[in-house]
Formats: sequence, structure tokens, C-alpha cells
Amino acid sequence: MVVEILFYAFAAVLVGAAVGLITSRNPVHSALFLVLAFFTSAAIWLMLDAEFLALLLVVVYVGAVMVLFLFVVMMLDINVEELRRGFTRYAPLGAVVAFIMVVEIINVVWVRKLGLELAQAAPPLPVDYSNTEALGRVLYTDYVYPFEIAAVILLVAIIAAIVLTMRHRPGLKIQNVASQVAVRRQDRVRVVPMESVRRPAQDERAAGEEGETP
Amino acid sequence: MTLADLNLQPTYAEIFVLGAACFILLLDLFLSERWRGLAATLSLATLVGAALITAFVSGVDVRVTAFNGMYVADPMGDLLKLFAYAAVGVSLLYSREYLAQRQLLRGEYYVLVLLALLGIMVIVSANSLLTIFLGIELMSLSLYALVAFNRESGVAAEAAMKYFVLGAIASGTLLYGISIVYGVTGTFSLDELAYVLRQGDVDNIGLLFGLAFIVVGVAFKFGAVPFHMWIPDVYHGAPTTVTLFLGSVPKIASFALAFRVLAYGLGGAQEAWTDMLTVLAVLSIVLGNVVAIAQTNIKRMLAYSTISHVGFILLGILAGTNEGYRAALYYTLVYVVMAVGSFGMILLLSRKGFEAEELDDFKGLNARSPWFAAVMLMFMFSTAGVPPFVGFFAKLYVIMAVIDQGMLWLAVVAVLFSVVGAFYYIRVVKLMYFDEPQDTSPLMAGASMRLVLSLNGLAVLVLGLMPGGLVDAVARALP
Repeated sequence: MVVEILFYAFAAVLVGAAVGLITSRNPVHSALFLVLAFFTSAAIWLMLDAEFLALLLVVVYVGAVMVLFLFVVMMLDINVEELRRGFTRYAPLGAVVAFIMVVEIINVVWVRKLGLELAQAAPPLPVDYSNTEALGRVLYTDYVYPFEIAAVILLVAIIAAIVLTMRHRPGLKIQNVASQVAVRRQDRVRVVPMESVRRPAQDERAAGEEGETP
Repeated sequence: MTLADLNLQPTYAEIFVLGAACFILLLDLFLSERWRGLAATLSLATLVGAALITAFVSGVDVRVTAFNGMYVADPMGDLLKLFAYAAVGVSLLYSREYLAQRQLLRGEYYVLVLLALLGIMVIVSANSLLTIFLGIELMSLSLYALVAFNRESGVAAEAAMKYFVLGAIASGTLLYGISIVYGVTGTFSLDELAYVLRQGDVDNIGLLFGLAFIVVGVAFKFGAVPFHMWIPDVYHGAPTTVTLFLGSVPKIASFALAFRVLAYGLGGAQEAWTDMLTVLAVLSIVLGNVVAIAQTNIKRMLAYSTISHVGFILLGILAGTNEGYRAALYYTLVYVVMAVGSFGMILLLSRKGFEAEELDDFKGLNARSPWFAAVMLMFMFSTAGVPPFVGFFAKLYVIMAVIDQGMLWLAVVAVLFSVVGAFYYIRVVKLMYFDEPQDTSPLMAGASMRLVLSLNGLAVLVLGLMPGGLVDAVARALP
């Protein structure tokens, strides 16, 4: 009973956050609503004994992806009104797509159930069952080869990102701490010997200018 | 489970290439400007090492799987990998001066090429839909970065953007197909998939739906019409060295992809994909050959020529017999040799501040260098399919395989449009021999490039005069 109440509470918050995400006019609010949606779905996963996935959702999506989103939203000054112009043109198409999806969902959930007993709860897991360990076992044994290739793909992404963004063009103001520390007085200070002779012509002109200024 | 259960020995070549790429990546950070060329030398050494490992250490005579059936080593895979090493090595040899003249000679270029090669090796040896997909991503991601490698060029950035967006769509389509096939059959493993399909107790509509998406993904990666739109722009926009790489070696991966997924894994659904491939092959041969005539840029012309060759490779695969697969494999290997050489000729004529991209740049080549005019003539005649060059035999085997299956009309279409295609290849020959040169400066290329390009040209002739060796190798690979 408590579990069901908790589930419906989390589900209600999740749906509310999702609605808030697409209806709020301020992109920062949208991003924060998305964070809330992630948190509540993590809680629902936690109730399904998928604690590793729940933690991952919080750490990766809330901790990294959404923070990045917020940064981008705050740093880029996007004119929302301009983006929304002409948006309603596609409203009929969107309505049709939404209608089809709703019909499909109803079809799957109520009418057909795909031949599966969806309504039944999953069998309870033993107390000492560790979701993290189970995933780790599969990931590092049966799927170690795809796992390693995925790691190499990430490496390629890093190399590609750096290659395409780092450039050594002339005139770049890169700070070189070592050379700044190693600087000596004679590198920066130049003593210019000046003659201390007063030239009468200059004095006269200066005096004349002063006199003209009101 | 222990390490021995994984059966790592067949995978030593992949592990070696990955280790070497990481080593070069790190070493390059500590090299001064004067030692820039070391990454190139080490990459070539890596290719030689990988070839030795594949040939002598991890080579197999029978089919062996590793990593719980995710990886397969067989004679066909070994042959494809050896060809890939050779093609990458030759392309790197051609590229060095071009890159150095354009301030592109950086260690990352070689690391990305090696990682793309690793992706190709993963595809060649994949025995699971999961590894196939990851291999494609590894290869494609490296290629996107290579296409955009010249940061100063707006055309290259545009080409990379197009390639990236369309490649992402292709990957998504392929993944969608894979997920549907997984949903229907409940397995990623190509072995189990082949077994399940032979039993014939699968939901046919669902499977066909997934198969259609997989075929679209494969066609995208091959660049078959109507999924070819990226090829001309990407070939045109990318730096010529990247075009050389992009136009040759990934075709090996595409063949392996089609063979492993369609011919082996989804072999039970052959009737369905034969029809789909027939449409793709006919359209590719027709459109590739006809549109190439209108091109004035030689890179675009060769891009459309690639599309028509892809049509021929698909013809061999769609025959669905062992002869057909052999013919397609033979065609792929021959195509790689010819493509490397043709793009190599563009690099030969290019020099600092000048790209020999237009057909007019080949005018009067005979007056400037009779030998290289002859080499280009050999490439062009071979690509057109003129005997005694090797391209003729490649086309011959494919057409024979198709006729054996009673698809005479396909053979007729292929031959007719080959004749149409011969026009634009021979036009290059006419420009070289009968037109006045617009540009009379001597060729600047170094000795190693001249030597390798000459050998590449002679290979087209020698393989054509004595086709036995390669045909035997292909027959051993696909017994």
C-alpha cells in the first residue's frame, strides 16, 4: 500500500515536471523542470530495485548533462520569441503525430498488452541481490568486447573534439607561466636616456597654447 | 570465466593496432616540430606489424570465435584485413607530402586513420549486431573528424557536416533495424540469428520491417542510390588524402557488413533482401555512370564512379550464391586497388597551393610525364573494365554470377551502363594524350610516392594479366 502511494506520488510529480518542462516560457525553468523529472524517474527506478541505473541517472544526467544544458542556456542569449515564430504552423502535424502516438499507447497498454502480463509485478528479488554487481558481471564478461569498443569510440570523440577546436593561429594570447616567472628586470624595463635641456621654442609654444585656452 | 575463455589470440591484431594508436597519440605530444614525420613512420610500422600478426600469429584456417561469440576470425576476415592494411599503408605513403605542404601533418591525423582502420577491423570480424554497430560508429566517427581535418577550408567543414548528419541518420536507421530484429528474434548474435531464421518460425512482417531498415543502413554506408547524396559532396570537400582513404578502405568494411549481416546472419531472409538490393544495384549503376559524365571536377567524377562500382558489388551479393559472394569480394578488393591509385594520381599532380582537382588539370599529362600518363591510363582503362586490366575480370565474374542465377536483364543493364561509363574514363585518357597542357610545371612528387604509385599502376596490369593469384586467394577465403 505504501509502495503504491509512493509510486503514484512520484509518477504525479514526474508528469507534472514533464508538463512544466514543455510549457514554461523561461528556458532555465525548463531545464530545472527536466532535472526534477530526472530525479523522480530515478526514484521510481529505485523502487524497482534498479538502484544502479537510478544512481547513474542522477550522476550522469542531473550532474553532468543538465548542468551543461544550464550553462549553454545561460551563456547563449537565445531569443525565445524568435524561435517560436512560425511554430504554430506545424501544430496540425504535431496534433496528428500526438494522436497517433496516444492511440498506439492505448492499443499496447489496454487492448493488446502484447501478450505479456504487464500488470503483474516483477517477482521480488532476494535480499542480498545487487543490481550493480549483476550489471558489472555481464558488462565485464559477456559484453567486454563491445564495452571496450565503446571506450575507444569515446577516445575518438575526445581526439576529434580537440583536433577540430584547438588551433595554433598567430596572435593567440596564451599565458606561459614559466616565461612569466623567469622574466628579468632588463626584459621589461628600458631606461631611455633623455636630454634634460629645455628648448626655448617648445616653452613658447606651450605658453601660447595655455594662453589661448579660455 | 577466465581470460582464457575469451580466446584472445585471434584478436591480437586489433589489440596491437589499438595499443599502437594510443602510443603514437601520446608520443606525438612530446615531439618537436622537426620530428613530426615520426608519427607517419610509426603508423606504417604499425601496419606492417599488424599484417605480420594477422598473417602469422592470429591467422586462422577455419572459423574461430572469440569474446563469447562477439568476434569471429575466418579466412575471409584475414584476407580483408590484410588488404585493408595494405590500402591504408599505401594511402598514408601518398598522403605525406600533401599533408606536409598544407600544414596538416600532425600526429592526430595518423591516430585517427589507425582508429578508423580499427573500426574497419571490428566490422570485418564482427559476429554480433552489437559489435557491427559499434565498429561502424568507430569508423564513421574517425572519418567525420578526418573530413573536417583541414580547419581552414570552409568546403571541408561543409562536407564534414553533411557527412556527419547523414551518417548519424544512417546509423540511427541501422540501429532501428537491429532493434526490431532483436525484438523479433531475441538475439544479437549472427550465429543464433542465422539458426533461428533457418527454423523459419519467426514473425515475418516484423522481421522484414527490421530487415528493410538494416538494408537502408547498409546502403547508406555503401553509398548506393538512393542513399548516395553524401558521396559527391564529401569526396569533393574533404582533403584529397582523406578522399583517397574514404573512397577506398571503408568499402572493405561495407562489403564485410553486407556479407556478415545479410548473407550470413539474415541468410534465411535472402528472398526478401535480394529484391531490395536489386533496386539499389540497378539505380546505382545507372545513376552513377550517367551523372559522372556531367562532372568537371575529377573528385566528383570518381565519386559517381564509386557509386556505380558499389552497384556492381551489390550485384555480386544479391546473386546470393557462393560464386556471387566471391565475385563481390574480388570486385571489392580490385576496386580498392584502383581507387587508391586513381586518387593517388590527383595527389601526384597537386603541389603546394595547387589542387589538381579539375579534369582540365590532367590535360597534356603525356607531355609532362609520359610514364605517369601511362599509369593513369592503366587506372582509367581498368576502372572502365577494358581487358587485359584487372577491372575487366572483376566485372566479368560479377556478371557471370548474376547470369548463373538467371537474372539476365540485370547483366544486360550492367554491361550497357558500363559502356556508358567507359566514356568518361576514356575522356580522361583523351585529355592526357591529345590536349595541350595548361600547366607545364614539372611533377614535384618525391621518390617514394613515384615508386609506390608506379607499382600500384603495374599491379592493375599484372593482376589483370595473371588473375590466378587473387582469384585463388578469394576462393580460399570463401570456400
